[in-house]
Amino acid sequence: MSDNKIIQGVIAEFKDPADILHAAGKVRDAGFKEWDVHSPFPVHGMDDAMGEKRSPLGWMVAFAAFTGVVVGLGMQWWMSAVDYKLVIAGKAFFSYQAFFPVTFALGVLFSVITAVFGMLGLNKLRFHHPVFHSNSFERSTDDAFFISILAEDKKFDPNKTLQFFKEIGCVNVELLEEK
Amino acid sequence: MSVTAENTGLVIEDIPLVKGDPDFHKITTDICRISEKPITKTPRWWWIAFIISGMLAMNLLIMIGYLAWEGVGVWGVNIPVGWGWAIVNFVFWVGIGHAGTLISAILFLFRQKWRTSINRFAEAMTICAVICAGVFPGIHVGRIWVAYFMFPVPNQMSIWPNFRSPLLWDIFAVGTYFTASALFWYTGMIPDLATYRDRAKSKIKKVVFGILSLGWRGGNRQWKHYEVAYLLLAGISTPLVLSVHSVVSTDFATSIVPGWHTTIFPPYFVAGAIFSGFAMVMTLAILARKVLPALQNYITIDTLERMAKIMMVTGMMVGYAYSTEFFIAWYSGNMYERFAFINRAFGPYWWAYWTMVSCNVIIPQLFWIRKLRRTIPVLFALSIFTNIGMWFERFVIVMSLHADYLPSSWDYYKPTWVDAWTFIGSFGLFLTLFLLFIRFLPVMAMSEVKGVLPRANPHFHHNMPPAHKGEA
Repeated sequence: MSDNKIIQGVIAEFKDPADILHAAGKVRDAGFKEWDVHSPFPVHGMDDAMGEKRSPLGWMVAFAAFTGVVVGLGMQWWMSAVDYKLVIAGKAFFSYQAFFPVTFALGVLFSVITAVFGMLGLNKLRFHHPVFHSNSFERSTDDAFFISILAEDKKFDPNKTLQFFKEIGCVNVELLEEK
Repeated sequence: MSVTAENTGLVIEDIPLVKGDPDFHKITTDICRISEKPITKTPRWWWIAFIISGMLAMNLLIMIGYLAWEGVGVWGVNIPVGWGWAIVNFVFWVGIGHAGTLISAILFLFRQKWRTSINRFAEAMTICAVICAGVFPGIHVGRIWVAYFMFPVPNQMSIWPNFRSPLLWDIFAVGTYFTASALFWYTGMIPDLATYRDRAKSKIKKVVFGILSLGWRGGNRQWKHYEVAYLLLAGISTPLVLSVHSVVSTDFATSIVPGWHTTIFPPYFVAGAIFSGFAMVMTLAILARKVLPALQNYITIDTLERMAKIMMVTGMMVGYAYSTEFFIAWYSGNMYERFAFINRAFGPYWWAYWTMVSCNVIIPQLFWIRKLRRTIPVLFALSIFTNIGMWFERFVIVMSLHADYLPSSWDYYKPTWVDAWTFIGSFGLFLTLFLLFIRFLPVMAMSEVKGVLPRANPHFHHNMPPAHKGEA
């Protein structure tokens, strides 16, 4: 811990899913806000343990699906009944029955794009993040379970947080320092 | 979407999903080792397969070039059979893709945990198959350079495409299907790509997988959105996969050709698509187990048996559709419809019809016997029969064209060598893409397999006091 490096947070490793679920509840109760649980797969019950709210993604996708349907039907209406009217097999210009498949497809297309890119946006992913400065974080995508508390947190204090992790039973703890 | 131990317990799993009770690290190493081999240590079977399929894929390009240069006369199409192998191959490849989406979406919604070991490469298979399918509508328009007429783009005549045409529905359905499948596949792969990033030794791999994994850090604040996104994708893809092949079937069903103009087509096509797709997943899974022995603990004989059962069910649905078509042809009292079906079974294409019935209806009945469902060479042989049978099904349907209302215009369709090499070439393209996938990307969804292991459950530990059970 040299002094001229900026401390960005603390990361602690826990033994298994049961331990980390337990520890997450304690971190939540201690009142931390800028923290996260890193695991190789989603741990059941972690949202409750962390006190997380439901993801708003469902509403975003519902809105996108509605937009897709409106755009799909509107496009076909405008192209077939407004911009260049063509009589084809004597059918109505606006044959909404026949326009259903394309309308549906565009609703789906807008939804899937929103589901994926909305998820990526909500995740606030970035290539440089304090947790990547850890020496053992690579194992979080393999078989290790971590809790990180970032320095932005109001309750964060390097020594006290380090001590806190030891008290709640981590197997390993380290400071996250900018390299 | 909070999943508690209580509601995951609803699925009764008496058969272990993975053999040998591996821990999380073993799953990582088993799967990562497959693609972490340096280029110089690429196994010989891979190079042989890659070179052969690569050559066949090149051959597809040559055939397309020849077609574009000479015109559709190089194909066997004639009047009345204006749709030849191109449409047969299109339906064949789109159909194969459907199993991947079924495994990733529908089985996910039904909480079928055994899907986790096969979903990744079934999804990859979907993407490769849909790419192959996409080639055919593009080239069967004849004048390839005006294929953009199929899209709603303002062209020099400022005319818009006809949205009442099922061929245009196809463009939107298959285009959406490809986009959705590719995004679903990629979303599922992000955590595994992060594993690759974290294990990478070389700078190049670190950067490439670092970019591909988008800075994934496995935080629960990400998993939360990720799981919802995955559920939504599964929920959206389920009606999508059912609609895509329904739309494909309307290419036929909205026409007035006897044998095509039936309402049974959409469900019949969807069942057939799943049937053929599972056969292809089976073929590829058995080959993958052979050349990558590490997969044998994950794609267990139980997984294969479950797939065989799905094939049996969908095979019988297809068989039922064949008999319903015949019954309705008779019951309708329509002479053209009756003739079309009698002609299918006993006319000049009788051999195609009976190949189809044997491969799709009769041979899969062997799956009733448990011992055969669990014998790998038998499964492999039966999956090949299904692949053949389902190609013939589409051929039989398309050949309804050869004898329609006016006997003076009847004709016999024969494919040319260009047709044949185009079809073989599409297999080359399919296998080339698939081989690249199994060489460089995670062939199995590691994070998902880890997540369904008993030890992934926070309540798994034996030494935990029983009072702990209800918590969380």
